[in-house]
Amino acid sequence: MGGSEVVLLDFWPSMFGMRVRIALAEKGIEYEYKEQDLANKRALLYEMNPVHKKIPVLIHKGKPINDSGIIIQYIDETWNKKPQLMPSDPYVRAQARFWGDYVDKKVYVASKKTWALKGEEQEKGKKEFIEILKVLEGQIGDKPYFLGESFGYVDIALVTFYSWFHTCETLGNCNIEKECPKLIAWAKRCMQRESVSKTLPDSKKIYEFCIEMKNQFDF
Amino acid sequence: MAKEEAEELILLDFWASMYGMRVRIALAEKGIPYEYREEDLRNKTQLLLSMNPVYKRIPVLIHNGKPICESSIIVEYIDQVWNHKSPLFPPSGDAYARARARFWADFIDNKLYQTGRKLYTTKGEEHEASRNEFIECLKLLQGELGDKPYFGGESFGYLDVSLIPFYSWFQAYETYGSIDFEHECPELIAWAKRCIREKESVSNTLPDLPKVFAFVQHLRKRFGIDE
Repeated sequence: MGGSEVVLLDFWPSMFGMRVRIALAEKGIEYEYKEQDLANKRALLYEMNPVHKKIPVLIHKGKPINDSGIIIQYIDETWNKKPQLMPSDPYVRAQARFWGDYVDKKVYVASKKTWALKGEEQEKGKKEFIEILKVLEGQIGDKPYFLGESFGYVDIALVTFYSWFHTCETLGNCNIEKECPKLIAWAKRCMQRESVSKTLPDSKKIYEFCIEMKNQFDF
Repeated sequence: MAKEEAEELILLDFWASMYGMRVRIALAEKGIPYEYREEDLRNKTQLLLSMNPVYKRIPVLIHNGKPICESSIIVEYIDQVWNHKSPLFPPSGDAYARARARFWADFIDNKLYQTGRKLYTTKGEEHEASRNEFIECLKLLQGELGDKPYFGGESFGYLDVSLIPFYSWFQAYETYGSIDFEHECPELIAWAKRCIREKESVSNTLPDLPKVFAFVQHLRKRFGIDE
């Protein structure tokens, strides 16, 4: 498959974009990465949510697919070879979708509160964030990966937030490893996979990006 | 994978829930027998709370004791397990069509429901904004339908199941949103009437529009919103 047959519109610090990069790497798919300069689109970037609705976009043979969770399922169905990212059993697959959806609904919003807010609101947001991480940690339990022995959809959905943990911890004044040691152990295990370690940006780089964004948009 | 042995299927639901209706329609399309249990949303059963501890909400499908939550996920699950009849999803060979179906179902979940709710719970500027947004959403969906009889093409599919329950709320939306749907999105209304006319699963599931309207009136009183 030639590089231009698969194009990814993305933005390097986006946890959602990272998910797609990991999925493509897992499957060994060649693609053309196109960085979208969102820094100049001030209003868009400040809103953040619409931004994440706009990227990542996967363009396959000219046809666009939106939404990182949907993109990963598309990749898994189209490049139907190992490793399988979605479980084959319908019940386990439903669990994968459920937890991927939970990460989408809960983790992003809560994590943002730790670095975008101040004072009491930030304190509340921080507690909420840790609570959500604890729920996820409880689900992983003693398993190597979220749903069992194989790295898959939910791991991909969640592990990209690991690159933002340093930012959440520093600006939010919390210690995630202390609160959720099993979660950090799971994240480090995922980082042993090349698809993850080569995709996730350096935590310090994310932190610098976040500080710059906060200064630029004054929040 | 046809299921002939005794299957235990329980659906925890609420009659007026558009999300619950999706599951009922999917089960009816497949001809699957199940036990329906109405939940009192102000006094939820221990079963519901234990089967959906994360969100504590309906619908929940309990299959041989194991819970599946979130209506879109439940419908996909039903389609996969009972795949011998009335397929709802585009075939597994067409990943792009499947991605599109999931995208629009997601759009309905994230945009339509929240905006629709504002039509009968807000006033003033917020109400005006939500009214415009709601019409925009429906027009986008109408565009996706195009000339097709169903969102699924020639046959009733996943996206049709995801959207049609909203039609049962249209009298409430029209009244409290001051919207004339026949005027704003005639093709979508035609599609909805086609679903009711041609699909027994839909006509047997959707509650009467006036019944839902009366329920919304009751909700507004409860929320303390003046008429």
